[in-house]
Amino acid sequence: MKPPLFEYRAPRSLKDAIALLAGDSGAMVLAGGQSLIPALNMRLASPSRLVDIQHIEGLKGISVQDGRIVVKAMTRHRQLELSEAAHRANPLIREAMAHVAHVPIRNRGTVVGSLCHADAAAEMPMVLLATDGSVVAEGPRGRREIAAEDFFQFHMTTTREPDEIITEARFSVLPAGAGWAFEEFTRRHGDYAIAAVAAIVDRTSGHVSLAACGISSRPVRLRQSEEIIAKGGLVPDVLKAAGEAAKEAVTAPDDMHASTDYRRHLLAGLVRRAVEKAASRTK
Amino acid sequence: MSTRAFGSRIQRNIDPQLLRGEGSFVDDIPLANALHVAFVRSPFARARINSIDVTAACTHPGVAAVYTCDNIGDLDLELPLLIPHSSMTDARTQRPLARGDVYYVGQTVAMVVAVDRYTAEDAAALVDVDYDPLEVEIDLEKAILDGSPLVHPTHPNNIAAHLVQVSGNPDRAIAEAEHVTRVRVQVDRSTAAAMECRAVAAIFDRVTGELTVWDGTQAPLSVRGGLASILNIDEDKVRVIAPNVGGGFGQKVLLFYPDELLVPFAARHLGRPVKYIEDRRENFVGSTQERTQIHTIELYAKKTGEVLALRDSFLHDTGAFIPYGIAVAQVASTSIAGPYRIPNIWVEFKAVYTPTVPVTPYRGCGRPHACFAIERAMDQLADDLGLDRFEIRRRNLIGDDEFPKLREGLLFADGLPVSLDSGQYHKALEMLHDKLDVANFAAEQQKAREAGRHLGLGMAFYVEGTGLGPYEGGHIKIHPITGKVYVNTGLTSQGQGHDTVFAQIVSDQLGVKVEDVILVEGDTKAFDWGVATFASRAAVVSGNAIHKSALIVRNKTLTAAANMLEASADDIELRDGAAWVKGTDRQVSLAAVATATNPLRYAFNESAKAATQFAPASRHDGPALGEGQAPGLEATDYYSPPCATWAYGVHGAILEVDPEICSVKVRRYVCIHDCGNMINPMIVEGQVMGGIAQGIGGAMYERIEFDTDGNMINANFVDFLVPYATEVPQVEILHLETPSPLNPLGVKGVGEAGCIPVGAVIASGIDDALRPFGAAPFQHIPITPSMIYAAVTGG
Ligand SMILES: Cc1cc2nc3c(=O)[nH]c(=O)nc-3n(C[C@H](O)[C@H](O)[C@H](O)COP(=O)(O)OP(=O)(O)OC[C@H]3O[C@@H](n4cnc5c(N)ncnc54)[C@H](O)[C@@H]3O)c2cc1C
Repeated sequence: MKPPLFEYRAPRSLKDAIALLAGDSGAMVLAGGQSLIPALNMRLASPSRLVDIQHIEGLKGISVQDGRIVVKAMTRHRQLELSEAAHRANPLIREAMAHVAHVPIRNRGTVVGSLCHADAAAEMPMVLLATDGSVVAEGPRGRREIAAEDFFQFHMTTTREPDEIITEARFSVLPAGAGWAFEEFTRRHGDYAIAAVAAIVDRTSGHVSLAACGISSRPVRLRQSEEIIAKGGLVPDVLKAAGEAAKEAVTAPDDMHASTDYRRHLLAGLVRRAVEKAASRTK
Repeated sequence: MSTRAFGSRIQRNIDPQLLRGEGSFVDDIPLANALHVAFVRSPFARARINSIDVTAACTHPGVAAVYTCDNIGDLDLELPLLIPHSSMTDARTQRPLARGDVYYVGQTVAMVVAVDRYTAEDAAALVDVDYDPLEVEIDLEKAILDGSPLVHPTHPNNIAAHLVQVSGNPDRAIAEAEHVTRVRVQVDRSTAAAMECRAVAAIFDRVTGELTVWDGTQAPLSVRGGLASILNIDEDKVRVIAPNVGGGFGQKVLLFYPDELLVPFAARHLGRPVKYIEDRRENFVGSTQERTQIHTIELYAKKTGEVLALRDSFLHDTGAFIPYGIAVAQVASTSIAGPYRIPNIWVEFKAVYTPTVPVTPYRGCGRPHACFAIERAMDQLADDLGLDRFEIRRRNLIGDDEFPKLREGLLFADGLPVSLDSGQYHKALEMLHDKLDVANFAAEQQKAREAGRHLGLGMAFYVEGTGLGPYEGGHIKIHPITGKVYVNTGLTSQGQGHDTVFAQIVSDQLGVKVEDVILVEGDTKAFDWGVATFASRAAVVSGNAIHKSALIVRNKTLTAAANMLEASADDIELRDGAAWVKGTDRQVSLAAVATATNPLRYAFNESAKAATQFAPASRHDGPALGEGQAPGLEATDYYSPPCATWAYGVHGAILEVDPEICSVKVRRYVCIHDCGNMINPMIVEGQVMGGIAQGIGGAMYERIEFDTDGNMINANFVDFLVPYATEVPQVEILHLETPSPLNPLGVKGVGEAGCIPVGAVIASGIDDALRPFGAAPFQHIPITPSMIYAAVTGG
């Protein structure tokens, strides 16, 4: 478990970082290293160059502006989790983050790193999706914003170009009076989700947002379930029906941790619980 | 002696050092100029090797050597069959480096030695092996069918061993039975997952011809014997040291792993220190595992629930080789009747070769499997007869006055008949009943059910044959300068706290502080005789050997001190590091006694003056040492147990199953435990607690997954689920102390106890919780959410 040879670079500016990335087709971004370093050690990844972005000016911090919570690339999971401003703006974030790995890993791992890593069972990509969030990519061709819906493609694959750096993630603020909930099942505390659901329920606008992870090759919005609730209202039978409808979103095959049938059953339960809890928190 | 150290909750001597990170593990041993090892391992479960091309690897910069079976000389051999037994014919063992064939994914094919591990791994990837993959059958039950692919062409139906043992007259009892309960149970494969993986480092001194090996092993003396024999060096020229070792759990008993021979060989061959630090993936695919057994067990009973006879037939997965013989299966088969009277037993097993990592004992060693089988069968019998689960046990448990309970015809893993020596089984059961408040549980369960919650109560009893021979020794010496007491034995410690419990034993006899007793073990130069740490035997076998040695040193000290204090030995007491004339303030320190008993020529300190040739107290009329006398306060003695001594316990839990999520939450876990006299209850509880944590792993989390081609698909800590602290419940431990009649200290082993019944407890509890669903009982561990899903949906 020792990585193969690679070149290590630690640029101070974003411009240099992008140039280093663009200059070597085998280059990879290194952020908190909590996913990439194990992959190197297991020789599952063998980049020729690592571009460490932790010393780059201006890539740290969290701000809340224009209805968005902006999380810069080198913000550690734990910083966002403990941020009071972010918590006030959208309490779903803290509730979800308690499920991302363990504190020592959250101390080093970054939120944006998690989004870029795009594990299909990871919590933060799902939260980005549930909040209609986006990421900002910067590369040799300039800067672009990518909506969460368009960013996550497959397990560990996003629409980021290899020479782009994601400089920030933008989560939406919770609408005033809306309720939220996060429900997850893992076999051990802190593991990647077997299934998890994020819910936002806004009684004023009638809007319901539901996203799930662990059930497919990427995080998914449960549109059909959202519609059922929007139409039928927050009553037990409807929530049950929304749960049943969510089962169709499960495409993950049987694996060693869960059979597909069990995952469907689980997801239906999590959807029901999440919406119920979110509804109980609306004002 | 003011207070007895034996029996006290004394903090462990070793912890401050380990907690500050000052421990020294194999990888911490500074070896200047050391070379590092990486292995080329088989990617196939079964294949023929056509050719191995090492050219590119050999010329890779930084590579010192690449070894295959063709350039390792005498090491190109089949490794020893450690425990021969007549139930095996032509038992198969592994070669250090594969010759011709490979038998499991992970088997070592070539060894690369290079300037560092990075380079060694790079070069290992350059070794080109041409394989012809062969067909495999991983499923244990299919592997024994006619026509299944064979692991070894020498063994039809893949049967490695077959043994039937009979106690009493089962045929007659079966004919008399009024009821039979039959269940099939399965325990899946797991691994020890010690915190530190295995590690070996070696240097060979060409001048002295001495080979020194640091090995994270549980058995340095045995490793030394084997190394000396295979490398053809005198034993005294081989020193094996097991420094701090981060957990063993049986996996580190086996000798030899290929690296344990090849690393010393390379050190001698290359004339440089060589080091191999196994990584986690290698530990998964290359170090031995355990657990898969499938039992079909039948209980023949009267309508009253009294079990007249037991029949059990099981398959035992031994992996690709059987280097440790039938030990695991034998322990399972002889523990099968558990704590019950059951006078008639017929038990059969077949050990089966599968193209997987070899199987050797892992904490529990067959006992968790046997316990799971008999306890699940007992629960079923209770159900069949409409009896309560406690009641069925009351009617069958061995009574206090029925000990020793001999199971004639069953030979235990020490080759001696099974004889349960002592216990208070009924009392233990009632203690659990009270502590869990079983009497009120049914009402609580009913109330919860009405509120849509599913509570269950689970329980299981177990016995554990501990303290296996053949023997261990103890050497004790009081040091003349400091008065500190040094103790040696042939064991090693992997975190058990030997240094503290052995010190407690000695402290009481010699009247010194526990901290002033220093244990040195795990070094063949420190003590030369003995076996190893395994089978819950350290306290029983080494503990009693050390106790016996301490008694000799105590007597020597009393005699010498009486002489110095001009008193009778009967009037001397040893306390606070000195010998005192009882009831007076006249005393002499143990250091001074130790000095005085060593006739000296040179006076290097005050007390030494009294021992020199012209001192008044010295002998001036003859030799300084009389005939038969030895200098100093020192002794060595040995203890060899007459047979295993049987510990036992009963565990119970209250758990909650959430049928929507298919999760299990353990609300309470109670353990009633009896390991005879406890030397240190805190350490006993640590052992029990650790065992239960491991048992929780086996009950609900840990399962080695092979695909149908024999690839281990979860050889990592992401997918092989060792429970975290968050998954292990709070455990309430209550003790009973029934002294073992078999040894002077009255102790029984405790190392494996905790893990044995947990699977049965959890299964029993989940059954109870899910009764309203009418699901079939859980007879297969680990129990996963998908299995619970199938039960609650009838799927
Ligand atoms: C034991 C353990 C348990 C874990 N459990 C969970 C869990 O339950 N849920 C969960 O979601 N995660 C879990 N993780 C992963 C953890 O959340 C990681 O921190 C996260 O996935 C990656 O963040 P990082 O900053 O460490 O990224 P790195 O490991 O440095 O990088 C990850 C990937 O993203 C790319 N990348 C990183 N930052 C950028 C960027 N700004 N622009 C472009 N590409 C970038 C890298 O090139 C790499 O491919 C766990 C990790 C461990 C070790």
